[in-house]
Amino acid sequence: MILVNGAGSDVQAGETVLAALTRLGLDAQARGVAVAVDGEVVPRAAWETFSLEGDARVEVLSAMQGG
Amino acid sequence: MSQTSRPLVIAGREMRSRLLLGTGGFPSLELLAEAIAASGCELVTVALRRVDPSARGSLMDVVADAGVELLPNTAGCMTARDAVITAGLAREAFATDWIKLEVIGDEDTLLPDAPELLRAAEELVDDGFVVLPYTTDDPVLARRLADIGCAAVMPLGSPIGSGMGIRNPYNIALIREAVDVPVVLDAGIGTASDAALAMELGCDAVMAASAIARAQDPVAMAKAMRAAVEAGLLARGAGRIPRRTYATPSTPEVGLPDFGESAARVS
Repeated sequence: MILVNGAGSDVQAGETVLAALTRLGLDAQARGVAVAVDGEVVPRAAWETFSLEGDARVEVLSAMQGG
Repeated sequence: MSQTSRPLVIAGREMRSRLLLGTGGFPSLELLAEAIAASGCELVTVALRRVDPSARGSLMDVVADAGVELLPNTAGCMTARDAVITAGLAREAFATDWIKLEVIGDEDTLLPDAPELLRAAEELVDDGFVVLPYTTDDPVLARRLADIGCAAVMPLGSPIGSGMGIRNPYNIALIREAVDVPVVLDAGIGTASDAALAMELGCDAVMAASAIARAQDPVAMAKAMRAAVEAGLLARGAGRIPRRTYATPSTPEVGLPDFGESAARVS
């Protein structure tokens, strides 16, 4: 199963990073957002083309108040 | 140019304010916005965390409206690897090469993990980042960080959020002597006098987060910190008097009158 931010999701193998983002209500223009798949940064320019493996761990991060 | 009008320069970027503000801990984004304005700061730190689809308001909007620059941090990272990945994500998210590098070695004290910090700093400098490492108050470690190309060093005064002020002022002064890059006192500031002391010890800037965000009146404390940083810098430039054990009269003894034998006390 593909995990998005630590939770199971209905994103299927072969879908793109962007598809995972849309499940979170985000789009390709989302400001202040970054994505890592299996511990590697996926640049914004590759969101639409990077296709996910069936056991991918996707982390979608954004700005939060912090020290 | 006078001491106070001289800008703070980090990696070629000039800033008039010598106060950096952490955005964590503010009760609301409205208060954060007011505190940013009151502090006069030009650089604020932000963290990266998992997207919260239910989050209200946008930190990015607040920062953009305030017209300040972002300094992303790697808060919460406990290994060089995690910090390097987080820095890469911050570069993607915020389109900046600047990173406040934190690699924590202990969950209770949140003290930096020196070997991991050095490793991460080296890797990030090599990758073109402008690295501002949160470090202990160890002058040797600070020099090592500067030597590998960090753009500034950010020694702690005392543990993050402790409000204990500057526990080892001698080390902070030694760090100022040990490195050629800006020294930004980070962590431990509790109130305005701590910030003034940091500047008097030779720091180039002060970073405050909890001290402002968790004060009873964050906006008033932001103003106080701004004034304290300016006062400390002025005092540093003015050159303080040496400390002495005994008094030195401030009024000349020449010309003291002689009133003769002491008269009986009037009762």
